[in-house]
Amino acid sequence: MNSLTLPSYLQQSEHVAARFKKLKEREAILEVQGLYKIFESSQGDITALKDINFKTHRREFVCVIGPSGCGKSTLIRILAGLESPTQGQVLLDGKPKSEPGPDRGMVFQGYTLFPWLTIKKNVMFGLQMKGMANVVAESEAMQWVDLVGLSKFAESYPHQLSGGMKQRVAIARALANQPRILLMDEPFGALDPQTRLKMQTNLLEIWRNIDITVLFITHDLDEAIFLADRILVLKANPGEVEELIEVSVPRPRSPEQLLSPEFLATKKRLEELIHPEGEEGDEGFQLIRMTNIGDDVE
Amino acid sequence: MKEKTPWFTVRKALSPIRARSLTVLSFLLPLFIWSVVSYVPFIWHPKVEVVEQGGVEWFQKGMLIDREIFLTEVEKTVATNTEAPIGNRVNPVYLPAPHEVATAFYTAFTTEPKRRSEQWLHESLLHSMSVIFWGFLLSSIIGVPLGILCGTFAVVSKSQEPFIEFFRYLPAPAFGALAVAILGIHDGPKIAIIFIGTFFQQVLIVANTTRKLDVSLLEAGLTLGASKAKLLLRIVIPGIIPDLYRDLRILLGWAWTYLIVAELIGTSSGITWFITQQARYKNFDNVFAAIIMIGIIGMVIDLILAKIGQHIFPWESSKNKG
Repeated sequence: MNSLTLPSYLQQSEHVAARFKKLKEREAILEVQGLYKIFESSQGDITALKDINFKTHRREFVCVIGPSGCGKSTLIRILAGLESPTQGQVLLDGKPKSEPGPDRGMVFQGYTLFPWLTIKKNVMFGLQMKGMANVVAESEAMQWVDLVGLSKFAESYPHQLSGGMKQRVAIARALANQPRILLMDEPFGALDPQTRLKMQTNLLEIWRNIDITVLFITHDLDEAIFLADRILVLKANPGEVEELIEVSVPRPRSPEQLLSPEFLATKKRLEELIHPEGEEGDEGFQLIRMTNIGDDVE
Repeated sequence: MKEKTPWFTVRKALSPIRARSLTVLSFLLPLFIWSVVSYVPFIWHPKVEVVEQGGVEWFQKGMLIDREIFLTEVEKTVATNTEAPIGNRVNPVYLPAPHEVATAFYTAFTTEPKRRSEQWLHESLLHSMSVIFWGFLLSSIIGVPLGILCGTFAVVSKSQEPFIEFFRYLPAPAFGALAVAILGIHDGPKIAIIFIGTFFQQVLIVANTTRKLDVSLLEAGLTLGASKAKLLLRIVIPGIIPDLYRDLRILLGWAWTYLIVAELIGTSSGITWFITQQARYKNFDNVFAAIIMIGIIGMVIDLILAKIGQHIFPWESSKNKG
């Protein structure tokens, strides 16, 4: 490892720097101001989120990363309006939001397709909630089903689909409502690595082609770097913003970049942030020899 | 090549052949025991049916006598050197043999009622089924929506369930006299007993089923813009309907178990009337046939409902595959 010298993760090519400059000039879609979430329990209060502040700009892809227990799921649930913050507020296009609504689409970690509806009808659901006529909703839904490449399965039920396909439908269902922002809570967490990479590539493809801002929660460093413009790093106990990293890996991204110097530099920085050395309470392994001396493998 | 799988494997399905043979066996086994007791003369058979009176004056042909008494009478005739009576070992009249009950399945339907005002068996059965139908229908019309509301809104749950929880411990037949006083002696109180026996359990079971619906489906609905009413109509109800259907099948079985008690209230009617009437005439083969018939009707209805269920909930078909 020592022979490899990585550039600083802050080092950006002119091209990338220009892209970030342009990005920050765009209007803010989602703005989080002084967000606190405190859970009361009999053993005292637990601060899940502490003074979270950040903005996402239009068509930006932001990943939120952090160790388990840093409150990243709580954060996204508050953004979606499914939980209310103890303090602070969430602004969408400058307007405070406290209830869930179709302007913030959500893709959940678990499979939340409606099992009693076909794929097409799942995607139509949000459109029907808006009061759209069935015929219109159907043709519109089919466009989204096409977009995620599942038109062959339009009349299938969710239980007939693989995990990756289900999440593609979930993305189509959320996007069909044309939300201002797409909130994704570890949507690919349960998928195998190959499917996951394919899904990430598909997602970037979709993101590039439509006007959508994405906030994506993950605990996978590679996933975060591969997808994001910026990565919001949370730390645990209490969950607060540790750093907001600009990813210098140029776009459009491809799986080959997983080994590029920019990629590795960013990853190294993230690792330092998330797994700082000499972590408290880390006693290391207490190894006891359970094999014979002559039986060593190396 | 083909490995023998053990019969007892924790939570693993049996092969179809094994499963089917066990199903058949579960019916054959009781039938076998019944047959053994009925047809093997030295097993049980505590009575003796007199064939030849012999020297015992008080014996009559066809009389059923306890075996001990018969034997002492035989000893007496041996002592007095008179002709010994002859008899066959038989079971008491209340345990007819399988073939007698089997014939009764046919004869019970063709046995003409003793009085003109009385009903044929098929009329009795239909009458019983209509009592169940109305009791269960009325209960479901109120109980299912109430249960769904209890499972959805804490307000409804907290204001309704504690009392229902209390009420369900009150035995339905205890309300018999009251029901007669209020609703008269005909079908009214009978339907009321079925209702009381079903309703309170129904609300609680439906509420529980509703609560078991995955909350994330509701959250998904909220982020897709569903209003409260839409959540209930478009997510809660379709989401629980297969389980609800299963609950109702179980509850319908429950309603059947209240039938006999219900029909004894006021003027006895339906299959219960038939059973008590036949017992009075000592036609125990008819009694058995009628009891078994209740079981068959209940099971056939449930099987039909299960089959229908498979067709109306296509998304449930391979749920167990995971």
